[in-house]
Amino acid sequence: MSIPAIAIRSLSFSYPKQEVIQFKDLNLEVEDGERFGLFGPNGAGKTTLMNLMTGLLQYKKGSIRLLSHEISDHAKSVNKLFGFVPQDFSFYPELSPDENLSFFGAWYGLDQHRIKKRTAELLAILGLGEVGNRMVHTFSGGMKRRVNLAIGVMHQPRVLFLDEPTVGVDVQSRHAIIHYLKELNQQGTTLIYTSHQLEEAEGLCEKIALMDEGKIVVHDRLGVLLEQHRQEGLEGLFLGLTGKHFRD
Amino acid sequence: MHTVTATIIKDLKILIRDRMGLIMMFFMPVLLVIVITSVQNSTYELINNNRITLLADNRDKGPEGARLMKAIEKIGMFNILPSDSTGPDDEISIRMHAKDALVAIVIPADFSSSIQNRATRIANRALQDPDSPVLKKDLSTGQTDSLLMYYHPVMQQSFRLSIEGALHSAVQVMQGEAIVRDLYHAINNKSVPPDLEKDILFGQIPITEIPVSRTGSRVVPNASQHNVPAWTIFAMFFVVITLGSTMVKEKSSGSFLRLKTLPSSYLNALFSKQIVYVLVTFLQAALIFAIGNLLFPHIGLPVLHLPNDIPGLILVTLVTGWCAASYAICVGVFCNTTEQSNGFGAISILILAALGGLLVPAFAMPANFQRIMRISPLHWSLEAYYGLFLEGGKLKDVLTNILSLAGITICIQLLTLYGLKKKNLI
Repeated sequence: MSIPAIAIRSLSFSYPKQEVIQFKDLNLEVEDGERFGLFGPNGAGKTTLMNLMTGLLQYKKGSIRLLSHEISDHAKSVNKLFGFVPQDFSFYPELSPDENLSFFGAWYGLDQHRIKKRTAELLAILGLGEVGNRMVHTFSGGMKRRVNLAIGVMHQPRVLFLDEPTVGVDVQSRHAIIHYLKELNQQGTTLIYTSHQLEEAEGLCEKIALMDEGKIVVHDRLGVLLEQHRQEGLEGLFLGLTGKHFRD
Repeated sequence: MHTVTATIIKDLKILIRDRMGLIMMFFMPVLLVIVITSVQNSTYELINNNRITLLADNRDKGPEGARLMKAIEKIGMFNILPSDSTGPDDEISIRMHAKDALVAIVIPADFSSSIQNRATRIANRALQDPDSPVLKKDLSTGQTDSLLMYYHPVMQQSFRLSIEGALHSAVQVMQGEAIVRDLYHAINNKSVPPDLEKDILFGQIPITEIPVSRTGSRVVPNASQHNVPAWTIFAMFFVVITLGSTMVKEKSSGSFLRLKTLPSSYLNALFSKQIVYVLVTFLQAALIFAIGNLLFPHIGLPVLHLPNDIPGLILVTLVTGWCAASYAICVGVFCNTTEQSNGFGAISILILAALGGLLVPAFAMPANFQRIMRISPLHWSLEAYYGLFLEGGKLKDVLTNILSLAGITICIQLLTLYGLKKKNLI
């Protein structure tokens, strides 16, 4: 049996100085090499869970293991195993994609030779080869998303966390991003993805978990869940399980 | 080290591409130093070389009023503008409101008779019986109308006191002259010869000013020597505006979030920032000192003489820059918005500058402020610069100041570390 990419056991968490308990006794497992989608309405706890899995938030009760390494006592060495593509643009707009990748490559601990090689590869794959020396602040939203993604995969992580990686982009950029993510997955990278683009998610994710109010409502293969709940698509399943009332 | 180098390169590139930031960091401080030095230099020139316009209304018809006018003229401090004593009483007030002059004197109509009476009474007492109660009483009851000195309220107290002092000397010379004449006449029964009168009254022992210098140099410190180092420190600390807001922006940006998930520590980024901004502040100081030394003489300002101990100057500048960068990072860590960091940063630097003796000299401060000023890093930096620029000192002479500055910097760094941990930033 292979080691799970992510194994969350009995996780409890609440934000400091807040009475509301965000998660109580939460369990979740994502297999190595899986394309996993985490969905739920606003405020369900997706981003909080993503931040806990990437070590941006600290937990005191329970356990989160990334490829068998406990996140809470990880040292910076565990961070080499995963990549993170946040929803917000996470680069320096005053720099070019080339300069951004060089900088973040150094922070991933890559040597100069590898930084140069990966930069050329990624810029070519994501259609940024010709604008590699242009300042990112001059780019369109789609190009910025591709730069955001390139930085997250610079070090060829084994697990990739993606928070709304295609929000606000055109069809061409979305297609390029999803296509590249599938390619990465075929090379062995586990994808942990969250988005409100349910149609896109249906095409990308093999397994999903639906969250609501800090709890995992369902967690299984997408096909199995659609059959169980007699739904034709993810949107129907989503509304059926979480209701139609506003959450924010 | 690879991470630090990459971050330094990144920060330098961002800095170089920010034209407005560069203007703020280099052009504005240079402008500030030139403006302040020019203003201070003109004040110095006003007192020492230029003349203050004095509106003079001599209502005395006798010789003493005219003599006083000559004595005032002889001081060399005033450009005398006569006022028409036959004009209306408020003429002086009207002309001063029109800023024809900021100071005026009125010599009363009985000035000559008062001076002469007083001189005669003093001469009598000196020659007859100095201990005579009758003569003593006679002298003390002799009424003299006072000279009136009008001044415009914009004139600062220090100026006013200088002018008042100068006028007092003129009156004293006048009175002395009258007494000498009377005494000489009473003893010799003839008028005092003019050359003797001159010798008695003006043959004073000269005062030679010597600035204390560790090198024995007798170069008199000018406005540039005083102002350039002080305002360079101020400019270096003003990096808080740029670096503080950069820190705040970076904290709330996605790039910071990503950096936190990467295998390197964020402390590397802070270390790199310190190196970059120490370099920036060092270049600021080098540029300002170079302008003071090379350009000032060409634009009518006194030349800035660089200290003999250049390694000492470099060390003081580097430690000051390190402190300024550390302070800016600390402000950036604790503030949540750029408005907060800009506002707090600018005002706190002004307060620290005032406490540190940049706005008012340290020796002129009240005793309790002289103790409080020790918490201001700008004070130690100023003391170190003055030790080198004004006293001609060497590194060993300003080492205590450098160590105090470094100590404050380490405290600021520890406070920053606490802030980073408290805010879950590392």
